Amino acid sequence: MGLNVKQVSKWMEGSGPQADIVISSRIRLARNLKGIPFPNRMNEAEAKTVVHQVAATIQAAPLIQAVGQLKLYPLGELSPLERQILVEKHLISPDLAGAGEAGAVVLREDEAVSIMVNEEDHIRLQCLLPALMLHEAWRLANVVDDALENEIDYAFDQTRGYLTACPTNVGTGLRASTMLHMPALVLTKQAGHVLSALTKVGLAVRGLYGEGTEARGNIFQISNQITMGRSEEERINNLSAITSRLADQEREARLLLRKQSRWQLEDRVGRAYGTLANARILNSQEALQLISDVRLGVDMKILPDLDQRLLNKLMVFIQPAFLQYTAGKEMSPFERDVHRAAVVRELIAGHAK
Amino acid sequence: MLCERCQERTATVHVTQIINGQKTELSLCQECAREIQPQFDFSIPKFLAGLFDNELSIKAPAAAVQCRQCGLSYEQFHQTGRLGCPECYERLAPRLDPLIRRIQGSSQHRGKVPLRAGGNLRVKREIEELRSQLQQLVQREEFEKAAQVRDQIRSLEKRLAELE
Repeated sequence: MGLNVKQVSKWMEGSGPQADIVISSRIRLARNLKGIPFPNRMNEAEAKTVVHQVAATIQAAPLIQAVGQLKLYPLGELSPLERQILVEKHLISPDLAGAGEAGAVVLREDEAVSIMVNEEDHIRLQCLLPALMLHEAWRLANVVDDALENEIDYAFDQTRGYLTACPTNVGTGLRASTMLHMPALVLTKQAGHVLSALTKVGLAVRGLYGEGTEARGNIFQISNQITMGRSEEERINNLSAITSRLADQEREARLLLRKQSRWQLEDRVGRAYGTLANARILNSQEALQLISDVRLGVDMKILPDLDQRLLNKLMVFIQPAFLQYTAGKEMSPFERDVHRAAVVRELIAGHAK
Repeated sequence: MLCERCQERTATVHVTQIINGQKTELSLCQECAREIQPQFDFSIPKFLAGLFDNELSIKAPAAAVQCRQCGLSYEQFHQTGRLGCPECYERLAPRLDPLIRRIQGSSQHRGKVPLRAGGNLRVKREIEELRSQLQQLVQREEFEKAAQVRDQIRSLEKRLAELE
């Protein structure tokens, strides 16, 4: 059974606490196997050993009982397009997608649990949930982690914690992150100010697709930088509190917009919806901006008939690899823009029914 | 006064050189002073790099540090930022631990301890926790509960001794 590309990932469902601003919550744990060199220094046989161990472990009955059926896909069996789609759904990193045959990815059917095998570390366990559910994601990750450790010998040191290929992950190996939609802070020119304060409390701010990407569509990812010296719960409490605080700020800015320029705001939202529903050519940047405007309209009850789930689907299905997959052929950038507009129209029309 | 180097322009810069303890003073024009500038070059990054190397060489043994398990040297790590294997943490510790302290602000793991690989650390942590509980109970004069906690600590300590 192949990869179900069109599966709507758990995080895309778009319901839960603070879903009007927080799109998703992610917990990532970096783990390595004892006695085997890290992926950057291991040979083919060692890479296979790691994949085999993970493959065997996810078949273990206690694990299936605790977290459900997991399925392993060796990277070599996925087409470059399928790998890219997993990146666009935030299930694997661009680094793993670009890696050779040595890697693999493990997915749960609802795509809330994913494991990258032989990326920078042997195991990168991810739990990705909608809205602000960092604690729930941690609880799930913790269970999967315990089940893996039941069968696999982890590289762990009593002083240094979980050992990782890069010393920036050593300790808990935890990276917790939230993805926020903050158009009102951008419109009122407060985003830079607010976000630069985050770096002072040890948090990193990134764009939609992680490291080195710009914040397109007014979407920002914030995550912890430090992995040593404090427990997972402390880091997660901290990130969760700061995410809530950011959401409050964004809500205040939205109220201000409504109060000071209600007609301009509703006009902007209405025009964005009109364009998405009718355009015949859409480039990716314009589409993301329009989706952001419409999302703001949905959150502020200006467009009561649409929902977050549709917007999350739009956001992912208009990405380049997804478009080429649904079109069934390689496309020039112009063909892609025409196909993108068609996909958007179809999704919106389908939702109205 | 004329420049002592070109003997053409007026000297406006006074330069004092000390080479091997020999002190010479020169009166130069601006052009000549600029031309011999590299000799007085003082670069802050280079200066700091020098200090940093010093600090490391004091802590590190004289021989080049290399992981015996996978062969990675500290220099190789320095170039890529990636370690070679879990053993590297032990083998490169003299140079790696200060770096970890600097980037992470700490070098003591607090947080999850794996069930199997964690060994006796879980038991140790549990004992620590019970001890602080015990103290609180004694302060509140809840002696019956305190006695129970004390018994728990004793049995854990026994288990710890067996593990070690």
